Amino acid sequence: MDDWEQFISNRKYYITEKMIMKENNVQEQLKEAGIDILKCMQCGMCSGSCPSGRHTSLNVRRLIRHAIRSQDVLEDEELWMCTTCYNCQERCPRCIDIVDAILKIRSIAAHKGIILPEHKQVIKLLLEYGHAVPIDEANMKKREELGLERFPETVHKDIEALNEVKKLLNVCKLADIIDQ
Amino acid sequence: MTPLTLFLGCVIPNRYPGIEMATKLCLAKLDIDCTDLPEASCCPAPGVFRSFDSPTWLAVAGRNLTLGEDMQRDILTICNGCFGSLADANHLLKENGELRISTNAYLSEIDRQFKGTIDVRHIAEFLYSDVGTEKIKEAVEKPLGLRVAVHYGCHLIKPSRDRGLGSFERPRFFDELVEATGSISIEHPDKMECCGAGGGMRSGLKERSLAMAEHKLSKIKEAGVDCIVNACPFCHMQLDAGQQEIEKVFGKDYNIPVLHYSQLLGLALGFPPDMLGIHMNVVQNRDFMEKLKLSIEDN
Ligand code: SF4
Ligand code: SF4
Repeated sequence: MDDWEQFISNRKYYITEKMIMKENNVQEQLKEAGIDILKCMQCGMCSGSCPSGRHTSLNVRRLIRHAIRSQDVLEDEELWMCTTCYNCQERCPRCIDIVDAILKIRSIAAHKGIILPEHKQVIKLLLEYGHAVPIDEANMKKREELGLERFPETVHKDIEALNEVKKLLNVCKLADIIDQ
Repeated sequence: MTPLTLFLGCVIPNRYPGIEMATKLCLAKLDIDCTDLPEASCCPAPGVFRSFDSPTWLAVAGRNLTLGEDMQRDILTICNGCFGSLADANHLLKENGELRISTNAYLSEIDRQFKGTIDVRHIAEFLYSDVGTEKIKEAVEKPLGLRVAVHYGCHLIKPSRDRGLGSFERPRFFDELVEATGSISIEHPDKMECCGAGGGMRSGLKERSLAMAEHKLSKIKEAGVDCIVNACPFCHMQLDAGQQEIEKVFGKDYNIPVLHYSQLLGLALGFPPDMLGIHMNVVQNRDFMEKLKLSIEDN
């Protein structure tokens, strides 16, 4: 069992009944969002254009078929191999918003707790600092050496603004994704 | 010309502050009215936060947009990710009434409202459309004569229906901006290909992400260039810091210098490399630094 399979099987313990009830809604949620993947004719223009597919197991044509057919797409590792470069979406002859579909399916997965630990970490950083990549000591020094102020003119320098962002993130319940 | 306010994002101020300095120096030298944008946060990064929770992504982006609205200035981005997030969010909130209502419901909790009164710009398309390559050429003090691999990155031009910057297959505007500094844009295979950093790949699936960057670097190496020039600090980080990581993971040493366009332009406008933070990049290529020194002395 590789890391991903292990991760998915551990996950299953956490799936509650309520979540299982929600299982039947990837297709519905895509439809609600105005993304029609049923138009797909499986031509392969997308996968042929995909730079990630040259270096990973991502086959976006197959991923779209998976999303049409099954809820299991939420557990498809390939969902996370897309760089959102938009090549596929630009070239799809059926004008399917492929990247929007991938983002939507990812977010359904994330809300069910299917999210990489590294990505949880990125969420934690935003919640704490208002920056997904916060400043560190080495870069404070670089800033000073350049004649810039130690902290940039962002929430890093303004605690009230940071608290405002934290309040907003709290209202949006972003932390729910990492707390589950 | 609409006044601007500079959106820094995360990677530039917190990892590559040389690009921040270079941008500020170039804008001042070109006499462009652009202020700081205090209180801004992460854009938030589109590949990750839009993947996790789109309403949160839109709300935080919406807050950043209201900061620009308060100042009555268009937001200038220097990162394809920030541009992607803020331009997309601005577009969605202007066009989609339902999303605007739901996002403003969140924003009202912090006493803010999205009004839809400003635009979001990216420095490359702004310089090209609103300043123009002719004016840039006039301002150039030291034509650089560098052989450059131009890297557009994805979210500067795609999705093309929203960006409206012309061909996504074979764009030219960024090459022209590079040529305006007296450099030559060197064509190379897979020039338009993604660096591999986006969509949470660099943070989540590092090795696969580096494999994509390695492919790009190998094509660039074959083409024989002095440096890579990008328009995005996340591509910059992937192609610069990534070279060190690639050496560790794949045992390949490319040693290709990487500059953000602000740094290239800064050199051409006569600022020394140290002021632009070029010596703070991970890749340190002595031949390149020598060449820069010579081209500065020649002029
Ligand atoms: S390019 Fe479009 S129609 Fe063709 S397989 Fe991909 S998603 Fe389906
Ligand atoms: S957007 Fe994702 S799936 Fe589409 S071509 Fe790019 S990496 Fe592949």
